[in-house]
Amino acid sequence: GTTWGLGGTCVNVGCIPKKLMHQAALLGSALKDAQHYGWNISQPVQHTWSVMAQGVQNYVKSLNWGHRVQLQEKKVKYFNIKGSFSDPHTVRGLTKAGKETVVTADNIVIATGGRPKYPTHVAGALEYGITSDDLFWLKKSPGKTIPSFILYVSLECAGFLTGIGLDTTVMMRSVPLRGFDQAQMASLVTEHMESYGTKFLKRCYPLKVEKLESDRLQVTWKNADLDNEETDSFNTVMWAVGRTPDIKTLNLETVGVKTNPETGKIIVDASEATSVPHIYAVGDITEGRPELTPTAIAAGKLLAQRLFGQSAELMDYDNVPTTVFTPLEYGCVGLSEEAAVQRHGSENIEVYHAYYKPLEFTVAERDATQCYMKMVCLREREQRILGLHFIGPNAGEVIQGFALGIKCGATYPQMMKTVGIHPTCAEEVTKLHITKRSGLDATVTGC
Amino acid sequence: SVQAHKEEENPEKAMEVNGPTPVPDSYDYDLIVIGGGSGGLAASKEAAKYGKKVMVLDFVTPTPQGNSWGLGGTCVNVGCIPKKLMHQAALLGQALQDSRKFGWQFTEEVKHNWMTMTESVQNYIGSLNWGYRVALRDTKVTYENAYGEFVGSHTIKATNKKGVEKLYTAERFIIATGERPRYLGIPGDKEYCISSDDLFSLPYCPGRTLVVGASYVALECAGFLAGLGLDVTVMVRSILLRGFDQDMANRIGEYMKEHGVNFLREFVPIKVEQVEEGTPGKLKVTAKSTTGDQEIEGEYNTVLLAIGRDPCTRKIGLDKVGVNINEKTGKIPVNDEEQTNVPYIYAIGDILQDKLELTPVAIQAGRLLVRRLYAGATTKCDYVNVPTTVFTPLEYGACGYSEETAVEKFGEENIEVYHSHFWPLEWTVPSRDNNKCYAKIICNIQDNERVIGFHVLGPNAGEVTQGFAAAIKCGLTKEQLDSTVGIHPVCAEV
Repeated sequence: GTTWGLGGTCVNVGCIPKKLMHQAALLGSALKDAQHYGWNISQPVQHTWSVMAQGVQNYVKSLNWGHRVQLQEKKVKYFNIKGSFSDPHTVRGLTKAGKETVVTADNIVIATGGRPKYPTHVAGALEYGITSDDLFWLKKSPGKTIPSFILYVSLECAGFLTGIGLDTTVMMRSVPLRGFDQAQMASLVTEHMESYGTKFLKRCYPLKVEKLESDRLQVTWKNADLDNEETDSFNTVMWAVGRTPDIKTLNLETVGVKTNPETGKIIVDASEATSVPHIYAVGDITEGRPELTPTAIAAGKLLAQRLFGQSAELMDYDNVPTTVFTPLEYGCVGLSEEAAVQRHGSENIEVYHAYYKPLEFTVAERDATQCYMKMVCLREREQRILGLHFIGPNAGEVIQGFALGIKCGATYPQMMKTVGIHPTCAEEVTKLHITKRSGLDATVTGC
Repeated sequence: SVQAHKEEENPEKAMEVNGPTPVPDSYDYDLIVIGGGSGGLAASKEAAKYGKKVMVLDFVTPTPQGNSWGLGGTCVNVGCIPKKLMHQAALLGQALQDSRKFGWQFTEEVKHNWMTMTESVQNYIGSLNWGYRVALRDTKVTYENAYGEFVGSHTIKATNKKGVEKLYTAERFIIATGERPRYLGIPGDKEYCISSDDLFSLPYCPGRTLVVGASYVALECAGFLAGLGLDVTVMVRSILLRGFDQDMANRIGEYMKEHGVNFLREFVPIKVEQVEEGTPGKLKVTAKSTTGDQEIEGEYNTVLLAIGRDPCTRKIGLDKVGVNINEKTGKIPVNDEEQTNVPYIYAIGDILQDKLELTPVAIQAGRLLVRRLYAGATTKCDYVNVPTTVFTPLEYGACGYSEETAVEKFGEENIEVYHSHFWPLEWTVPSRDNNKCYAKIICNIQDNERVIGFHVLGPNAGEVTQGFAAAIKCGLTKEQLDSTVGIHPVCAEV
């Protein structure tokens, strides 16, 4: 029954509330660190979900409001209706009250995004489970939670739930962070979460969810390794098994907009045009594009500039940086190690890597075992950088500037010529010099 | 001696590559490095890698308050490292406040214990000192805890704590003696005031503190002291952060003022007297206005002087070997290969004239110099577009030209400044200042709108700036910047 205002997934049930709750969890760690730095706080420290949730929800609502004001100021007409195509230039929609509105247009852009999938083959999944669409709007603490499956959404949520003190278990069928670097990065992320306190049920998949008298949920799953069934009870079951494009009610078939039959996503060309000339699509709903807010924004703006401005510039989807906001963050740009090997052959790439320790962890006596970075380069003369991967605090801040460098065709020698800023974590990128090929110990030592 | 000089001028000598080579009979060492700080240690370890016989001399002359420290130089002991850790302690204090808005509950009153923090910081520094000694031993670099000074051609005298003197000769020398804090030269300064050399190991909480100076050292220290809950006043003679972009400098000052740091602008202290003994005691400071005759007085527990640093070059016998120094500043001029006017004597780090006083620069210069000397390399240290960060309460990261220098060099009509305020997402829920964070880039219109200056004021400024510095090194233009997608939601995407 959860719903929300103007702004889409990112603002309401995505990036924004996610990062804020991630911050809440990080602050929990900061409280522990603070003792080492001389701050006297009486233990134990408690977390109250409703205080956090209200703070987050209030901020999100202010963004909804801000968007409405902006649209008004820019004289964009806003209809709060569920739209669908009645013909290639006509959209009709119904308001909540049931009133019908019909609008015609020269050009139409579809940007309906996606919604979380439910594993409908699992009994009780729909009735008793929640998704990320609900998590950020819960008024009461989710308690003992089990986010299922292993996309970044699942790990990020499991991460901050653990961080605020909740008993959290992640159930995963196969590999974590599919689509991200598997050579190391994905497992370093999950290893850290395990030492952080998140429980993992590996190679398990859910069979059914039942409600108990106590209002708790009984989950039964198959453990593929042991080939048996196991069961446990939780307060909340959250599904994070993927998102599906929101196109079912759009009536795309009537107007001839082609979609990929497997994924359901809308097929577009390099100018974001669908199979129907004046109908375009941007964002999570488009086939073959990264599902990220900044790419959707950039693509949308460029599209408008091409349609109505004087521009011919197309959106560049290469080397888009991103960050997974797990308790120990993972930022990356460019190719994963395995993608680089596949594309160029392992003899033609060089991987520079390092295990490092953030200075702030020292006094705080925090474990830095998973703090790691690697740079994947071409081996030939120029040594162009193909990909950069960083696990550590503030990964997003670290990676952003380097993404610019990669956009400029940065090479390994240029990186080495760049002087580091001391003391930061990011400077270690400019000091990478141990190759995987050498087999040498990649732990950074002293200044 | 003439023979040795002839060998210096022979380019083939510099082409000697890997593998231990016998030291020319006349010298004890291939290389003696005077100063065991960031530059000195990097250079000596690098030279040892090429099989050279290397010695490092490191000695800390105690502060007027009697303070001293171990191997590693300024950065490790009384600079970057303890500074960042104490800055972190202050940031954590702010995090505690924020965390309540994110749902964390704990007692209303939270106090900070100076001794707990200082002990942890000093323990960590001790581990670094130890680590360096081990690293030198492992790389077979000879280390002596002794004060080195030139006494004649290719010869230095090393004097240890006990006063025992030894003479050593070497084919080449690298001077990396760094700097020490300057004193005001007013009554009571050496007796009662402390400097950054003392602050990080102070065995008692400094209490109500007066920081004299407007350097980044002064502002960073004032910043974290205030963040720990102390009453802090900064006395500034004229402008803040001389040499930095002044618009950014003023924003930093404004932020600090709004967050409880008091500023006394356009005053200089003329005497410091002791009112009460103690740890800390009470000091009375008399100051005079720089714009008139006004005199003011104030009482503080601690007076911290941060008015600048002077190179340690005046008492190391440079006159005996003819090395030129700038008489006024004490800095050593070098060519673009870090060579002084005496061909077999080189210099790196904070003591260099017209170069940046930063650890990574010293390390880079030291390593590249050694590679040129012993490994046939030709790469020179690139001092252009070196990024830096000031760790004030609101951090400031910068790379390239300040706005005023860009205007001066290229002309106002030839540069374009793009700028934006931003509100870090993490500050929204705790309702923290919503228009203080700021970023600007300066572009050269005539050169394809190439980015020639980058400035950001906000959390994690160092982490944000590092990657941009790499991009600027690659010749980043505004167009490339625009076409790079942001990571959401982070500060750097602004």
